[in-house]
Amino acid sequence: MGTVAEGQAPAGAPPMLDAAVAFGRVLRGAGLRVGTDRLVEFARALEELDAARRDDVYWAGRITLVSRPEEIETYDRAFEIFWDEGASRRPKPRPKIRLSIPQPDKSVMPAKKTAERSESGEEAVRLRYSPVEVLRTKDFALYSQEEFAELQRLLADLRISGALKKSRRLEPAPRGRHDPRRTLRGAMRTGGEALRHRFRRARIQPRRVVLLCDVSGSMAAYSRALLRFLHAGVASGARLEAFSIGTRLTRITRELATRDPDQALRQAAGAMKDISGGTRLGDAIKEFVDRWGQRGMARGAVVVILSDGWDRGDVEVLAEQMRRLSRLAHKVIWVNPLKSAPGYKPLAAGMSAALPHVDVFLSGHNFESLEELAAAIADATSAR
Amino acid sequence: MTEATNGRRGALPPGVSHAGDLASRLREHDYLADEGLATAIFLALKLGRPLFLEGEAGVGKTEVAKVLSRVLDTPLIRLQCYEGIDVYQAVYEWDYARQLLHIRAAEALGTEEDPERLERDLYSREFLVSRPLLQALEHRVPSPPVLLIDEVDRSDDEFEAFLLEILSDFAVTIPELGTIQAERPPVAILTSNRTREVHDALKRRCLYFYIEHPSFEREVEIVRLRVPEAEEALARQVAAAVERLRRMDLYKPPGVAETLDWTQALVALGAKELDETIVRATIGSVLKYREDQQRTKNAGLSALVGGVRGDGG
Repeated sequence: MGTVAEGQAPAGAPPMLDAAVAFGRVLRGAGLRVGTDRLVEFARALEELDAARRDDVYWAGRITLVSRPEEIETYDRAFEIFWDEGASRRPKPRPKIRLSIPQPDKSVMPAKKTAERSESGEEAVRLRYSPVEVLRTKDFALYSQEEFAELQRLLADLRISGALKKSRRLEPAPRGRHDPRRTLRGAMRTGGEALRHRFRRARIQPRRVVLLCDVSGSMAAYSRALLRFLHAGVASGARLEAFSIGTRLTRITRELATRDPDQALRQAAGAMKDISGGTRLGDAIKEFVDRWGQRGMARGAVVVILSDGWDRGDVEVLAEQMRRLSRLAHKVIWVNPLKSAPGYKPLAAGMSAALPHVDVFLSGHNFESLEELAAAIADATSAR
Repeated sequence: MTEATNGRRGALPPGVSHAGDLASRLREHDYLADEGLATAIFLALKLGRPLFLEGEAGVGKTEVAKVLSRVLDTPLIRLQCYEGIDVYQAVYEWDYARQLLHIRAAEALGTEEDPERLERDLYSREFLVSRPLLQALEHRVPSPPVLLIDEVDRSDDEFEAFLLEILSDFAVTIPELGTIQAERPPVAILTSNRTREVHDALKRRCLYFYIEHPSFEREVEIVRLRVPEAEEALARQVAAAVERLRRMDLYKPPGVAETLDWTQALVALGAKELDETIVRATIGSVLKYREDQQRTKNAGLSALVGGVRGDGG
């Protein structure tokens, strides 16, 4: 036990590397990303354990190839395949997940249908921008494929970043608090005389922003545009976390971090198992607060929920969870695309239960309202 | 043979040749590790890799480092992370006050005619204050120390990037002094409560283990081991009640640490078994939020205890 299997591999390469690479292939098939460096580590771990023992192989992989609790389930599934069916055989294809996120044809460039009407000069200028102007106020539900591509360009210019707050980290500054370390350090060069005093002050950084986007069936007309908003935020590199809400909660920050929006959305769709299903808002928000929010992600953050408030779960749960969330967060913003409808009243039980705990209630049905949202996230309305 | 492959040297305690041995060693020092955790620690020691531990607060992450230092009989060097922590707090700092005094003294004695030598003196090891990370690298006894980097998730990106560097090379470069390289890398344990996702690159440097709340039987064992004064019946009742509390929707579900606190409180009050009165009197040692206490009381303490009896009997 614990000894190395007969060293048939050349010196240098871990003898177990072949097995490790085979397992790596199964893991990738199951959707877990593992780099070569990790596989080498796995092979080394196998050498130190008993590679003929199921549990040892299991733990060797768990410890070297998994780095997040969310991956454990996938790992377990892949391990079953690897161990039970032998590494030589290819893994069974996973059941295909139907995506409802559109992947616009790349060949369709943002259409510039500049109206060529001859009117007064001033009119012409306005007309030239008119497709954008129209697009800004057009309801997302009425968007064509081309218009989504155009939306992408608009979103790219939108700055999505939390309001600034003071960090605990101090940095050198021309004035502020006295900085004895740098002052004395400077004094070294001037014979121990502190000729110049140095200062430092708290660094200013944006608050964390957490976006929770409802991707259930009732939101289908809007979630494709709103997910692009999420992507624009995540890809801009701001301190931003993105989740999708359906029957369950899925963290999609990592998937959205890819710069290419279409690829990012594809990846995100791959991660969500509950697109266009029902919503259990209360449960999903509870999961968020339990697993992420309370641990710190929501503390002092701007939390944005993008949902129509239709909840198939218990409304009491939603109210309770919104209360918890509002206590943790700096600000809770609710974005409901239905709000723009004439005569809208928050009749959906979930919506009326949640509203008392919401600081800002916005519509989010067109680009202009997303600009409003970006301003609310940045506290631009209250600052100055 | 495997040790020679990389020139890495494991830091396993003598007489430990597989994970099972290590588990019993940990147990001798009052720590119960299940197979996965024991294997993770075993591999970390054997392969000389840092071990990254994640899990809810109170599942015993920090405890792993403490017990390891006892098992390995080496000092524990602890770096508690917090927002804004930087190199000066984590690695080293020049003792500016003493440096200034030194300059003044040199002036007074008139020995400062050679400025270069004075400068060399000023930036010598003598004036360097070492913080936990440097202490861990400089440690010079037969076996490397255990370096606990606690709550990495509280630090920020810059510091993470810096940790990555240190954990790759086990060396730091101090501009005025040069590079300080660990003779033997410390046994590094990193913990995170997952208040945020720690960068992948850092995790990739490490072996990873996610510690969960212990199972009922395991928790009873832990209680018996750590609070031997508690009777078996009480231990079972406490473990069952805690398990129940974890299933309730609490702000801060009790961890193992709370289970032990509670048991100790019960034992101190001479309790032989749980009843409503004693639970009411001691609830503060297991639930640390007023809302959680209130919620549990509203749900009915008798139900909690009554259920426990059913389970335990």
